[in-house]
Formats: sequence, structure tokens, C-alpha cells
Amino acid sequence: MRDIIIIGSGPAGFTAAIYAARAELKPLLIASSVEIGGELMNTTEVENFPGFPDGIMGPDLMAKLQAQAERFGTEVVYDDVVELELDGPVKRVKLGNGETHEAAALIYATGSAYRKLGLPEEEVLSGHGLSWCATCDGFFFRQKTIAVVGGGDSAMEEATFLTRFADKVYVIHRRDSLKASKIMQQRAFDNEKIEFIWNAEIAAIHGSTAVTGVTLRDTVTGDERGLDLDGLFVAIGNDPRTHLVHGKLELTPEGTIAVEGRTSKTSVPGVFAAGDVTDPHYRQAVTAAGSGTVAALDAEQYLAALPKAPEDEVVADAASVAATEAAEAEFAVAN
Amino acid sequence: MTARAVTEATFEQEVLNNDRAVLVDFWAEWCGPCRAVSPILDQIATEHSEKLDIVKLNVDENPGLAMKYQITAIPAFKVFEKGEVVKTVIGAKPKPALEADLAAYIS
Repeated sequence: MRDIIIIGSGPAGFTAAIYAARAELKPLLIASSVEIGGELMNTTEVENFPGFPDGIMGPDLMAKLQAQAERFGTEVVYDDVVELELDGPVKRVKLGNGETHEAAALIYATGSAYRKLGLPEEEVLSGHGLSWCATCDGFFFRQKTIAVVGGGDSAMEEATFLTRFADKVYVIHRRDSLKASKIMQQRAFDNEKIEFIWNAEIAAIHGSTAVTGVTLRDTVTGDERGLDLDGLFVAIGNDPRTHLVHGKLELTPEGTIAVEGRTSKTSVPGVFAAGDVTDPHYRQAVTAAGSGTVAALDAEQYLAALPKAPEDEVVADAASVAATEAAEAEFAVAN
Repeated sequence: MTARAVTEATFEQEVLNNDRAVLVDFWAEWCGPCRAVSPILDQIATEHSEKLDIVKLNVDENPGLAMKYQITAIPAFKVFEKGEVVKTVIGAKPKPALEADLAAYIS
């Protein structure tokens, strides 16, 4: 049995791995089979990660985090978790290839998944003009007319990026103001190819084999009108990926994994959560990395307090007190 | 086994005139999901080499074919039989999901 398994390969997972590996816990990190690196793999320039004054490409940043985690002894497995056993002192992680891995502590950092519009035509048109990844698919919309749905940073980034290819990019947003950061908003407002359509939502997507347009519904008046499009990019937010822990870990009303105060402690001892899967508000690469650190330190403390063997219980209890005191002292210093 | 590359120059011979079923992986350097799924395709290529031929087509270098086959999202996988597209799968997927999608051509 291992000391620790980390599920997730975004900034939270790899930062937890860096800390756990440096604590000589030899972490095993389950990176997923096709989504290694998480959300940053689908972004272009990351301009707000401290330490990169000239910006860094999302995939490059993730490659660096992985290299740093591996340098200290993290083992990375490219597979998907299909089942978790979290109760009891041994945590079991079953993978798609049939293997089961065991550890005394587990860090859950699975991030979030793109939110869908919830329209019946979404399935059919996905990949045929309907996309969730501007950096993957924008290339195919040279000189076309397309739209981005959403009002946050990722919607602004996608819209701005897509103007490299498209002749015209509409931004469709259901309110009359944006949630995006000021700098991202301004960049979009200044771009001549971008036109905003305020107070509008997508009522329907047209096209049988490829997107040909949408029906817009005014969120104030309810009026509907058509808009011809060659492509539609959806950036309306994300939902925490909690399906593997439903009924196993407590969730918040927002659907994220509930953690105790500023710690990463979930409702099950020995199971820690970090990153976007715990965070309904901030959801930044840096905050995810920070919470990965917290999870690794919490897990380290938990492992240190575990009795090594039944006859060592008294010693272990003393160690547990010492570890708690040390952590409290650290907490006080940190604050 | 790494799936070999095809180009606009070799497409007819390697894909359209191939006796076996051929899966063409439409991909690009800048596509993260393409890179992630690539080792999975290599595995499938190795395990089912007698049934299905698997080749890669770089859409940056071969835009004419990407346009001809109406690629608007990558990775896109198209299975050709006797020069015709018989199956399209879009997006990076875990190995079991891809194998299920391709079941008719690999089992």
C-alpha cells in the first residue's frame, strides 16, 4: 500500500504531487487517459500565473508542473478512475485498465467539466460547428462567422482568440454586463471583429449535419430572432466533477466537495480535496495550485499521525499531538 | 507501433485504395487533446493491426483534405472502407470508449 494517491492532473493535482513528493511520500498521480493537464491544456496564453512576466502557454505550464512533480519522485499513471472506495483506513482506486491501487491517504483534484447548453441538438452538432474548445477548433473557421456564448474570462479569451481565424465573432451573453476581468473585457471591446449581443440566450441551434445558425431569445422581453452562424463556441462555465464521490463525500449546496474551513479535509478522514472541484468562486490556476499545496500538507499531517503498528499506538498518539501542534504553529505563522 | 503519417500526396494510395479498413486521425501540433489521445491510437493500431490500418493526417500541413472531409473539430477519426467514410468519431476519448466506437472494425 502507498502513502498517497492523487487523482487529477491540473494545477491542483500536480502541485499537491510536488509537495507530497518532496515530503518523500512517493505519490501516485492518476492523470486520466485523455485529459492530462486539465483545463489549462485548452487555453493559449496564461498571463496571470505569477512568475511568468511574459506569459506562458497553458500546455507548457502544465508540462513544467508535471516535470517538477516527477523530478521529486511522483509516479504518473495515464488512466481514468472508474471506482473509489473511501471508507476505512485503506483508500482503494480502481482504474479503467482493471488495476486497483491502495493508499492510506487520497487527494481528490478532478477539477470541473464544461457546462452544456442543455439543448437536444447539442449531441448531434457537437464537433460539427458546435465546440467547447476554441484553441482546438478555431482553426477550422477561417473567414467564417461564429459566436461565443458566455460572459466570463474564458468567453472573452475564446472570442479574442477566434478573431485570428474568423471574420466575425459575436459574443452572446444573457446579461447586460460581463463577469470577465476588466483587461479581458477591454481587449474584446477593442476588437473590431467582435460584436456583443446582450441579454440574449440560445433557444435553439439550427442545422442537421452542421451548425447553420441559432435562435436567440431576449432574456428581458422574451422575443426570439434568428442569427446565421457557421460555428458556435460555448463558454458558459463549468461544473465540478464529483460523479465518482456522490454519496461518499459531502457536497456543498453549489455542488462542490465540502471541505473544513481553510483546510482540504473532506467529510471522510484521509480523503482531501483540492482545486476547482472544491471551489465555486475563484477557480484560478493559482488558487488551484495553492489548494493543492494545502491538501498535500494536510495529507502529510494525517499520515504522520497514523499509528504505524498496533503496538506503537502510544508513540503514534504523541506524534499526532506533535504534528497537530506543528501544523497549528505553521498555520499561525502563515496568517 | 506509431501510426504512420499520410499527406495529400499519399492519401489516395494509402487510404482510398487501401484493401483494409483505414482509420485516419486528423490532428495538429497545437491540439492538446490530439496529443493526449495519440498514444491510445498507437496502442489500438498495435493490437488490431491485422484488422484496421491507422494513419495520421496533419490538418495544418494538409488543409485541402481537412476541408474536403469537413473537419471542424479535432481530433477527428474517420474510418475509410473502399475509399468511403464509413464511421466518424470526434474528440479524445479513453481507450475503452474508442474501442467501443470502433468495435465494428477491430473485433
